[in-house]
Amino acid sequence: MLDNIKIVYHQGKQFIPDVKTVTVPGIFRGRPIINTEKVDEKELSALCPTNAISIHPVSIDLGKCTFCGECSLRFPTKITFTKDYKLATNDPERLIIKEGEDKPVEVNLDLVRSEIHRILGRSLKLRQISAGGDNSCEMELNAANNVQFDMSRYGIDFVASPRHADGIVITGPITQNMAKAVQICYDATPEPKIIVLVGTDAISGGIFADSPALDRRFLEKHTVDLYVPGNPAHPLTIINGLLDLTRKLK
Amino acid sequence: MNYISIKNNQTISLSDIPESNYEWFYDMNLDLVLGHTERHCVNYFGYKVGNNVKLICCIADDSTHEILVSTCLVHKAHALESFCTQLLCFEKFEREIHENFGINFIDHPWLKPVRYAFNRDDMSQTMDNYPFYSIDSEELHEVGVGPIHAGIIEPGHFRFICNGEQILHLEIQLGYQHRGIEQLFIEKKKLLQRATLAEDIAGDTVIGHSTTFAHVWESLCGFEASRDIEFARTLALELERMAVHVSDLSGACTDIAYQLGSSVFGRLRTPIINFLQEWCGNRLGKGCIRPGHNQYPFTPALADRLRQVLDIFEPEYNEMAGKLFKLSSALSRFERTGVVSNADAISIGAVGMTARMTNLNRDIRSSHPFSLYSELNHFPILKRHGDVYSRVQIRKKEIEQSLNYIRKLIAEVPAQPLQTDKLKTPRPNSFCLSLVEGWRGEICHCALTDEKGELMHYKIKDPSFHNWMALALSVRNNEISDFPICNKSFNLSYSGHDL
Ligand code: SF4
Repeated sequence: MLDNIKIVYHQGKQFIPDVKTVTVPGIFRGRPIINTEKVDEKELSALCPTNAISIHPVSIDLGKCTFCGECSLRFPTKITFTKDYKLATNDPERLIIKEGEDKPVEVNLDLVRSEIHRILGRSLKLRQISAGGDNSCEMELNAANNVQFDMSRYGIDFVASPRHADGIVITGPITQNMAKAVQICYDATPEPKIIVLVGTDAISGGIFADSPALDRRFLEKHTVDLYVPGNPAHPLTIINGLLDLTRKLK
Repeated sequence: MNYISIKNNQTISLSDIPESNYEWFYDMNLDLVLGHTERHCVNYFGYKVGNNVKLICCIADDSTHEILVSTCLVHKAHALESFCTQLLCFEKFEREIHENFGINFIDHPWLKPVRYAFNRDDMSQTMDNYPFYSIDSEELHEVGVGPIHAGIIEPGHFRFICNGEQILHLEIQLGYQHRGIEQLFIEKKKLLQRATLAEDIAGDTVIGHSTTFAHVWESLCGFEASRDIEFARTLALELERMAVHVSDLSGACTDIAYQLGSSVFGRLRTPIINFLQEWCGNRLGKGCIRPGHNQYPFTPALADRLRQVLDIFEPEYNEMAGKLFKLSSALSRFERTGVVSNADAISIGAVGMTARMTNLNRDIRSSHPFSLYSELNHFPILKRHGDVYSRVQIRKKEIEQSLNYIRKLIAEVPAQPLQTDKLKTPRPNSFCLSLVEGWRGEICHCALTDEKGELMHYKIKDPSFHNWMALALSVRNNEISDFPICNKSFNLSYSGHDL
């Protein structure tokens, strides 16, 4: 017993008091900023592994970007990655970071269905489905609920059954072999329900985008409520995204 | 002798691999492995040559530190004798060859699909009609779990045959995670795309798989990696091992409902992966390892920072581990749960921790050393009982070992060379095999190039490929309620298996 108290005492306070303002350590690659400097745009867009960079004007699609950082290593004065981890939005337009812009990625409140805030705003239970995810986003989703990030303090939890859930969280590019299970799980979730895509693979297919082993038709049939970019998405990106979607008022 | 002996990370001409007919190929490889625990098959696969299939078999010999490679050309229509009549460890490889090319193996115990690859030979085989083993009995019942599980983990289907609460048999159906990675390796032509694919094989083994790919590629291109590059890889591999092992200890505590251990070990992973982020910008090390150059050079300042991190980590870790390994209520749940015998481990060709927990010494770090491991003079940690306790103990000991290695490594950070070699293009008509000991066990990548030096075939083998069978065996005669702790104590990869 005494040992236990000692361990708890030595651990001290581990939780992050404010998940909205805390800074992450090191050289985290969060929201990129692209300045208007002239560079060889063809070369720049060609180096990207997932065709996330478009030109005229230069822009990066966070839904496709694997945050490998190569573009900023090769064109350090053109592209810099900030430590801004708030990358989640419900508006695909806002995932596209354009040249000369430096504004936060935010949830578009005009697009949020009214029942989301009203019914899911104080308690949100989610069912996670890994559909070809490589276990990196899965680990970060688990981390979002560890004692440091402690997402459950906001009443956001992951549950074992879709019957108990208010929505599904999909990771991975959705493989053919998982497509049916995704649909069954979604159908088993009661209304009103949300769909959250976590990670680049889920949002666009990422590096797997043109693989013949995928079946992404599920996403054509349903509206996505939140895109959480990252490879994998950082726990803070996930938590802030979910909070903004369900809590933020116009 | 119709094989060629090569070293880990060696590139040879395709024509240097001696070719024989199947009979000879069969007898020779059988002779090599049967009764020789120091040898095991690290990869056995086929690729199409016109209407025929060329088989390549790679047997690693741990005593001579060599890999014995042989090949043989077969026709799809001709059924082949199965190795499994005498060597069960070829079971999965033959199933894979059967799934991909439709080759039949005579007397194979169960030629079932492996992962339902999108380009499989028989498209009438689907996820829904997997031929599960079943027993017709009034007393027994079946329990099906998955593909979606209760927690946030990857999908797979587990089918138990139980006698009351006791598990008689478990069969595991995988393939849900199949993304066609091996094919994408050929189709995506940019090196960065391939490096990204390697990182995404299994997101919990980013460093392991990306290092293996880097080694394959550099060897094909005749590139000698400088010391700082290999230093970064060795260090990153040990950091990855530590981080995952600590979180596995947390998982083991969760599954026996030991809340304190679960929380403390769970949070102790954070400083390690946050350090990876400080170093390379990603908590799981994506972007860290690239073929041909040192993407994020490890500086003396980073070494100081890592020392600080470890100085705080170590006493906290030791305190919690000390408590867990003295806690009789925890130990009684670990001991004699989920046992795999040494004979079974040998028979199924187990690798990595799964082999070492049964006193089977398989560790690429000492048997086929790469990067800086020959300098570290690595001695694998072995346990004898093959139970959950052995698996948990190995993790504890390997964390301590990794800590020690990391401290040794960062005591002397190599300088960046002033001049660095440029990566050339791969050698044409070549074959390269690379082995890396990731935290789970041996990772093997093989690459073949065509006459233009383009990738013609890429074969990936995650340690889970062998070890899933160990999990299935371990739960026999255990209570079904012990399945979670058994599963967690192996912590095998779905995506690494399904590719
Ligand atoms: S960081 Fe993103 S945009 Fe830049 S090269 Fe990598 S994937 Fe492309």
